[in-house]
Amino acid sequence: MALIVSKNLSVGYDGVPIVSDINFSVERGDYLAIVGENGAGKTTVMKTVLGLNRAISGEIVFGDGLKKNEIGYLPQQTAVQKDFPASVFEVVISGCLSKTGLRPFYNKAEKRLADEMMEELGIADLKKRPYRELSGGQQQRVLLSRALLSTREILLLDEPVAGLDPLVTAEMYGIIENLNKKGTAIIMITHDLSSALKYANKILYIGSETFFGTKEEFKVSPVGRRFMITGEKENG
Amino acid sequence: MAEILDRLYYGFFYLPTGIYALIVSVLVALCSALLGVTLVLRRFSFIGDGLSHVAFGAMAVAAVVGLTNQMLIAMPVTIVCAILLLKTGGKAKIKGDAAVAMISVGALAIGYLLMNLFPSSASGSISADVCTTLFGSFALVTLTSVEVWLCVVLSVLAVTVFIVFYNKIFAITFDENFAVATGTKAKVYNLITAVLIAVVIVLAMRLVGSLLISALIIFPAISAMRVFKTFKSVTICSAILSVSCTAFGVLLSVVLDTPVGPTIVGVDLIVFFVFWLVGTLKGVKLK
Ligand SMILES: Nc1ncnc2c1ncn2[C@@H]1O[C@H](COP(=O)(O)OP(=O)(O)O)[C@@H](O)[C@H]1O
Ligand SMILES: [Mg+2]
Repeated sequence: MALIVSKNLSVGYDGVPIVSDINFSVERGDYLAIVGENGAGKTTVMKTVLGLNRAISGEIVFGDGLKKNEIGYLPQQTAVQKDFPASVFEVVISGCLSKTGLRPFYNKAEKRLADEMMEELGIADLKKRPYRELSGGQQQRVLLSRALLSTREILLLDEPVAGLDPLVTAEMYGIIENLNKKGTAIIMITHDLSSALKYANKILYIGSETFFGTKEEFKVSPVGRRFMITGEKENG
Repeated sequence: MAEILDRLYYGFFYLPTGIYALIVSVLVALCSALLGVTLVLRRFSFIGDGLSHVAFGAMAVAAVVGLTNQMLIAMPVTIVCAILLLKTGGKAKIKGDAAVAMISVGALAIGYLLMNLFPSSASGSISADVCTTLFGSFALVTLTSVEVWLCVVLSVLAVTVFIVFYNKIFAITFDENFAVATGTKAKVYNLITAVLIAVVIVLAMRLVGSLLISALIIFPAISAMRVFKTFKSVTICSAILSVSCTAFGVLLSVVLDTPVGPTIVGVDLIVFFVFWLVGTLKGVKLK
């Protein structure tokens, strides 16, 4: 039984579809890369999976004991966060919010979890620093810690390396790969096809036609071939 | 000096109305500062402005109907508008902006129109009435003990709700999508926020008048943000600033014999410049 299955999903805004007929499934241990042109609807698909957008038709099924709010999510950075007054710890521990239920404050165990998570991702020494004064790579680690606190089952990442320099990008991919090896299923949006092909085992292509299959199937499919050629051109 | 103390004593502390006014002012200032932090951070401060105009319109209607306790009409009307506005504002589109502008200007116009069509017999002068509703009363507001108790109860309720939901409010303010994706009922908390804003605005109306309420909500938060960099410190600083500026402003207005609302806002403004300066100097030193 898969963790998440999308059946004939059609997504969009205000009843107008942007992409239709999306079918994919994510099993334990999978690493799914969602690729496609800018504006194709990748973020919209992810938001629909998360329940932030209503699906126009079709459905998302959670299975294998995965609950709807047991999802780790690393959103694309929004403008609001850039000058937001918050310490690293305040941001990280907000990942425990779903655990608190009706309890107003975090308990000791949750605070310790947050500390351990920051240790694991190498940001323990930044605990008291203001979030907005960190570098892009450090901010992404903070948001990743927050996401992992809500679950270790599955992690949804929306362009996690956008705007990072090559060295930090490689580090970030390394962290994600490590998490995947330890058993966290990954769904990652990226427009960097070469890393998608390097790290993922499944590919979902979103565009004028959609494709879902293993990485090997994608490489020999007509869609995949066309996209790989235009991708190479873009990267010079 | 002795003269100032005399004025403060006989014009203020000597009278129960003075003490009432001070208590209510401080409570209203505390609530508006707490809410101000999330409103400013979510780019929702314009909603406070819009709502204060709605409250003005509702007060005018209440006056025309002849209600003695105008809050009875103003409160529910403002709460309903707050809920509607926060819903459209959540989409952060131009449409939401325009809706706020439309509602607020409409309410302002209708309020003024009603005051002209049905002048209240109490003060006898329309322009004085309007001036009071827009900029707060010239002298200290005279509050009945019922109003004071209402204010105390509502403020305590507002502060309690804020403290109990503090972590949720932080999460939704910082990143609503993440909060919702991990199961936080953001809609419920947005509703609570909307109700709180409406309550605070109606309470603040008597104190500073409807045009100056936004100042009470915005200034403490943006001043605190110049200097402090974590959510907790900004919230605490904003609350302290708001309470002390308001208390000082109320007393200053007694000494200088100036209208209360504008005096408070003036103090807020000066404090903002001080904090802005401190923040800028700190930034320069770091570089
Ligand atoms: N809130 C919204 N309302 C209406 N249309 C939107 C909204 N957000 C994005 N879109 C549109 O949906 C399309 C897909 O956007 P998105 O999913 O962000 O693409 P991608 O992530 O693949 O770059 C774009 O054409 C965009 O203009
Ligand atoms: Mg996107």
